[in-house]
Amino acid sequence: MVENRPFVTFLSHLVVILGLIIIAFPVWMTFVAATHDQETMLRQPVPIWPGTHLYENLVTVLTEGYKSRPGSVPLIVTLINSMVMALGVAIGKILISIISAFAIVYFRFPLRMTFFWAIFVTLMLPVEVRIVPTYGVVASLGMLDSYSGLIIPLIASATATFLFRQFFLSVPDELAEAARVDGASPMRFFWDILLPMSRTSIAALFVIQFIYGWNQYLWPLLITTKESFYTVVMTVSRQANVADSVPAWNLLMAMALLAMLPPVLVVVFMQRQFVRGLVETEK
Amino acid sequence: MEKRVVFNDRLLPYLLVAPQMIITLTFFFWPTGQAIWQSVLVEDAFGGNSKFVWFDNFTYLLKDPSYYESGRITLVFSFLVATLGLALSLLLAVMADRIIRGASAYKTILVWPYAVAPAVAGVLFGFLFNPSVGTVSWMLKGIGIDFNYVTNGNQALILIVIASIWNQVSYNFLFFLAGLQSIPKSLIEAAAIDGAGPGRRFWDIVFPLLSPTGFFLLVINVLYAFIGTFGVVASLTQGGPGQATNILVYKVYNDGFRGQDLGSSSAQSVILMIIMVLLTFIQFRFIERRVHY
Repeated sequence: MVENRPFVTFLSHLVVILGLIIIAFPVWMTFVAATHDQETMLRQPVPIWPGTHLYENLVTVLTEGYKSRPGSVPLIVTLINSMVMALGVAIGKILISIISAFAIVYFRFPLRMTFFWAIFVTLMLPVEVRIVPTYGVVASLGMLDSYSGLIIPLIASATATFLFRQFFLSVPDELAEAARVDGASPMRFFWDILLPMSRTSIAALFVIQFIYGWNQYLWPLLITTKESFYTVVMTVSRQANVADSVPAWNLLMAMALLAMLPPVLVVVFMQRQFVRGLVETEK
Repeated sequence: MEKRVVFNDRLLPYLLVAPQMIITLTFFFWPTGQAIWQSVLVEDAFGGNSKFVWFDNFTYLLKDPSYYESGRITLVFSFLVATLGLALSLLLAVMADRIIRGASAYKTILVWPYAVAPAVAGVLFGFLFNPSVGTVSWMLKGIGIDFNYVTNGNQALILIVIASIWNQVSYNFLFFLAGLQSIPKSLIEAAAIDGAGPGRRFWDIVFPLLSPTGFFLLVINVLYAFIGTFGVVASLTQGGPGQATNILVYKVYNDGFRGQDLGSSSAQSVILMIIMVLLTFIQFRFIERRVHY
């Protein structure tokens, strides 16, 4: 604070609090809707304070899904699938990126820069813009309706490789030199020195990639036809769009609540790593 | 930048890059190549025979009024998402930067929306603005606005803009806040001593120093509006009513999977790829001039 202007300070608080209310409102209303019964949620205006049916709504969607109609699947199944997918994408990306960044930074070999640029161009074309042929490739490899189909096509990532490359370049050369003088093999250096030093980068990247994996929508929508492989985000969106004579908003919003809970918890509890990850992956 | 100290091993580096390269080749280069190849083919209705047709798919596309309409909607949509989204997050960041007490609590609530999937954000806003039960549509009715995004194209577009901005606001906010906090306090103090008020200090000092962050965020937001908002559109409007929210990335999917028009969808993919490459290029061209946190 440069100077004391009570009015401006008051105004700042006011604007920020107003902004917070507006931003939190959709999430609040989702929570409120999930705590009422179906009839209450059909009368406009719907309540803006919580009711008493949260527990039973959650139990219903977790064990039965949204109503009992074709295509509804117990949400617990989709939550497990999403968890497998998010963890798979996050861990897979970190694994393949950290070793390829290690190779590109710490070795000189023919085609090194070709590999580097090949990885670089993937940055430009997310799966949404080349969706039809990517689907074709995955189908021809027989990977539809499988965890490997959900995970593997998404783990090629330039951002993660760049982040580790950037970090490795900032590691003092003396460390590698000392390791070499002591006769350590490259992999020994990687395991005993580089990997422990990369812990914070790995944590930051994990948070970002977990959210990325969890929030995938189009990819699981395309390659899963069996309900046992549905993920939670696509299920919520799909159920929201089924024409319905008497929509059960309470159940739908309970599903939405469960779909956003894990990534929101990750962001809130790992906020420091999250902010670090955001800023670093964009460098 | 290169390392001075390197290891020597013939085979090891290839083994280390192999997993990444195999996945990149299989799931990136192969489909990208196919998209380009299919964009110059026409397949008959049974998918059996395809014929090489040079750039016919592109010429059809560029003669198709619905493609221009989709392009126009995408431009309007991206412009609104980027400008309104950035203005709003800048306002919040500037105000939050002034606040010392309670700043971290504010920040915790503001980072939430980033964690919500675009597709789920679409569901949330579909509920709030639902014509028959939505709280916001009810409030709007109270002030005489009949909001029905299911039938009104302009309102549908407004709604996907609002939902997309909401989903992206935390990202912009965090970068603006980091940018603001990296501005030396001494500059602001010097201006204050010279008698410049808060408004003057903002426009003459803070705003110019923040412009690299702003430019970076502008590119990111346009990219986001072009591609990242797919889930919002798919959950809320599916491109409708009519064509009112059929943005380019949704049209690629819609024509390819629902319309089964592979040639046209691939040609659209290729055009979208070119736009993406250009935007990414702009982003990297200017990235050096960005502020450092």
